[in-house]
Amino acid sequence: MNGFKSLRVRVAQGTQYITDLRKAVPTGFRGRPTIKPHPCATDCQACQAACPTGAIRLAPVALDLGRCVFCNACAEICPEKKLEFGAEPRMGGCTPSELVIEEGAEPALRVRANATFTRLFGRSLKMRQVSAGGCNACELELGALANVNFDVQRFGIEWVASPRHADALVLTGPLTRAMHDAVRLAWDAMPEPRFLVAVGACAISGGLYEGAEGVDRSFLQEVGPVLYVAGCPPHPLTFINAILDLLGAA
Amino acid sequence: MTSSAVVCCMPVNEVPTLDFAVWRAELVAGLEQGFRLVTLFGQRRAETVQLTAVVQDREGALRPSRAVFSADSGYRELTSERPELHCFERELHEQTSLHMPGHPWLKPVRYEGREPASMGSYPFYEVQGKEVHEVAVGPIHAGVIEPGSFRFSCLGEQVHHLEIQLGYQHRGVERRLLEREPRLLAPLVETIAGDASVGHAWAYCAAVESLAACEPGLDVDVGRAVALELERIAMHLAGLSGLAADIGFLQGATTYGRLRTTAINTTMRLCGSRFGRGALRPGGVRLQLSSELSKLVRDNVELLRRDLVSVNALFLSARTVQHRLRGVGTLSNDRAKELGLVGVVGRASGIALDARQWGRAGAYRLLPLEPVVLADGDCWARAKVRVEELDASLSWIAAVLERHANWQQPLRPVAELSPNHLAIALVEGWRGEIVHCLETDARGALSHYKVQDPSFRNWMGLALAVRGNEISDFPICNKSFDLSYCGHDL
Repeated sequence: MNGFKSLRVRVAQGTQYITDLRKAVPTGFRGRPTIKPHPCATDCQACQAACPTGAIRLAPVALDLGRCVFCNACAEICPEKKLEFGAEPRMGGCTPSELVIEEGAEPALRVRANATFTRLFGRSLKMRQVSAGGCNACELELGALANVNFDVQRFGIEWVASPRHADALVLTGPLTRAMHDAVRLAWDAMPEPRFLVAVGACAISGGLYEGAEGVDRSFLQEVGPVLYVAGCPPHPLTFINAILDLLGAA
Repeated sequence: MTSSAVVCCMPVNEVPTLDFAVWRAELVAGLEQGFRLVTLFGQRRAETVQLTAVVQDREGALRPSRAVFSADSGYRELTSERPELHCFERELHEQTSLHMPGHPWLKPVRYEGREPASMGSYPFYEVQGKEVHEVAVGPIHAGVIEPGSFRFSCLGEQVHHLEIQLGYQHRGVERRLLEREPRLLAPLVETIAGDASVGHAWAYCAAVESLAACEPGLDVDVGRAVALELERIAMHLAGLSGLAADIGFLQGATTYGRLRTTAINTTMRLCGSRFGRGALRPGGVRLQLSSELSKLVRDNVELLRRDLVSVNALFLSARTVQHRLRGVGTLSNDRAKELGLVGVVGRASGIALDARQWGRAGAYRLLPLEPVVLADGDCWARAKVRVEELDASLSWIAAVLERHANWQQPLRPVAELSPNHLAIALVEGWRGEIVHCLETDARGALSHYKVQDPSFRNWMGLALAVRGNEISDFPICNKSFDLSYCGHDL
């Protein structure tokens, strides 16, 4: 009996994996913004005032994706419709400054490849995720990397349970005071060569929790991330593109 | 009133404010008569403590009451008489330093305002005996999940006691909520528990709208309810997928997992975010709903219903699933009531509590949803509640789209908040009831914001459910509760 039930489920399942993760664009996703070249209304600061994380600078208009929570408040309030969020998921960088989108000076869509990383991790990358104040949105999107749709294992990239087995520590959340020592322990338990990835506005800049009472970001001063993945939360495709770029994958 | 949320809003000077002894006696008497405690919290100003209790009467109405007294004038603890108050009193002690002589267990709730080092030196309960051993897990777990610490006292494989230690996710949400303009808090509220963004955002919006005398109308209420039901569908699918993975039932894990993708992508088409971020704002909703998208939602709901029929049939009839879930992690109805459990966990233990049944108006009046209540209280019952609620929510969305599919309304302007008011809003999120209490000062600014995720009450249920079980069954017990760490730690 259960054999038939199982077959029925299998047939309904079909093939679910996204064939080309590098070209996939999530329809309807509020992702990478563009800043149009036309001038702002005189003395207008509406977008800056509306931003909950101080992600916007003016003259010229610049939006820091490392702070942005993609709430769309700036785009909605702008009388000149200068800001527009699109479905493009690629929003990664090797430094926080590479995440700043400036009028007339947009950063590259691709993250710079690193030959050393290609040599060390290009064929196999094991990652340990640690949430330090993450709200479980980043965590769910990172977990989704391993589901049947994104199937990131096809690239030799996998989550591992122990930091001892990990090449990369993938941090989410603004880094709470109570997690400081645990994050440090996890990092210290990882064998060299190793690297750190900051995922989501909270981990990159503190986001909505920058300067909050329970936050201690000193670990990030001690150990600098080599990859920053923007979003609130980042789409799985944002992470996949950023990590594959870094590893020099096609 | 057109909101489905259960709301109570009144001037602060109309909240019954009693002498502590009278307040305490009336609270206990009310609970004994069948009122239900919704929340209890305190504020301290210098040497004065103000307590606010909110109970719900049998008709579903919220009734706040207050006591104001000097911090050193002798609070008499309630937990010994009413165990369901334990988490509230522990939080009260932590947030106000109120002295509580005789309280059975003043373990810190989230170590708010304390040095993190004190978490490492906390004296856990110890089970005595030569053969007894302890297993400590966390705060980092072996998975892509949030941190928390668990200490098991075991005899052989059997767990005799589990003590849970939380607080690792404490960011300082409640204080941060007081730092910005109260009508612009939605992005922050959506991160209180990021997997329940819509539920928390709705409670926040309902409270703010009541303070600003803003009535968004039925269209908005239906839009919010559709977003909330999509969130419930997505997270119940995530829960079932995780449960199946934890018992090695891989076809269930992959199938429920890919169906979740369909659910969250539907939400993304409506609002730009797979988690419903940006969908709800005070004064309305920001949802796209063209005729093309309306068809897409209907088609996806139909696909989910159709494919769930076959995977549910497989999952629920498989002997391996029954063997691993039935009779494991059982929480009796008496125990669940004693602890005041809410939501999915409560309903799986026979507590017929679902805030969607109390709205005086709104979407769930248009089309009522019956609470799914089971009696067994084990992992199986908690899985089964999810399976049945999935069906109910999918049918509900399909039906509401037939009858009421025009929710595209511009956001209504929200006036400044009424000064010196207290607003309480209650929404049935996918885990259970989400409670937000907002109080304004004489200028209409927020003077207090109390957030309560259902996880706050339910964590203790998990600790007691694993007693007498094998330690290897802890992961499925934990997954069947599926509680929030950050929603608890704030």
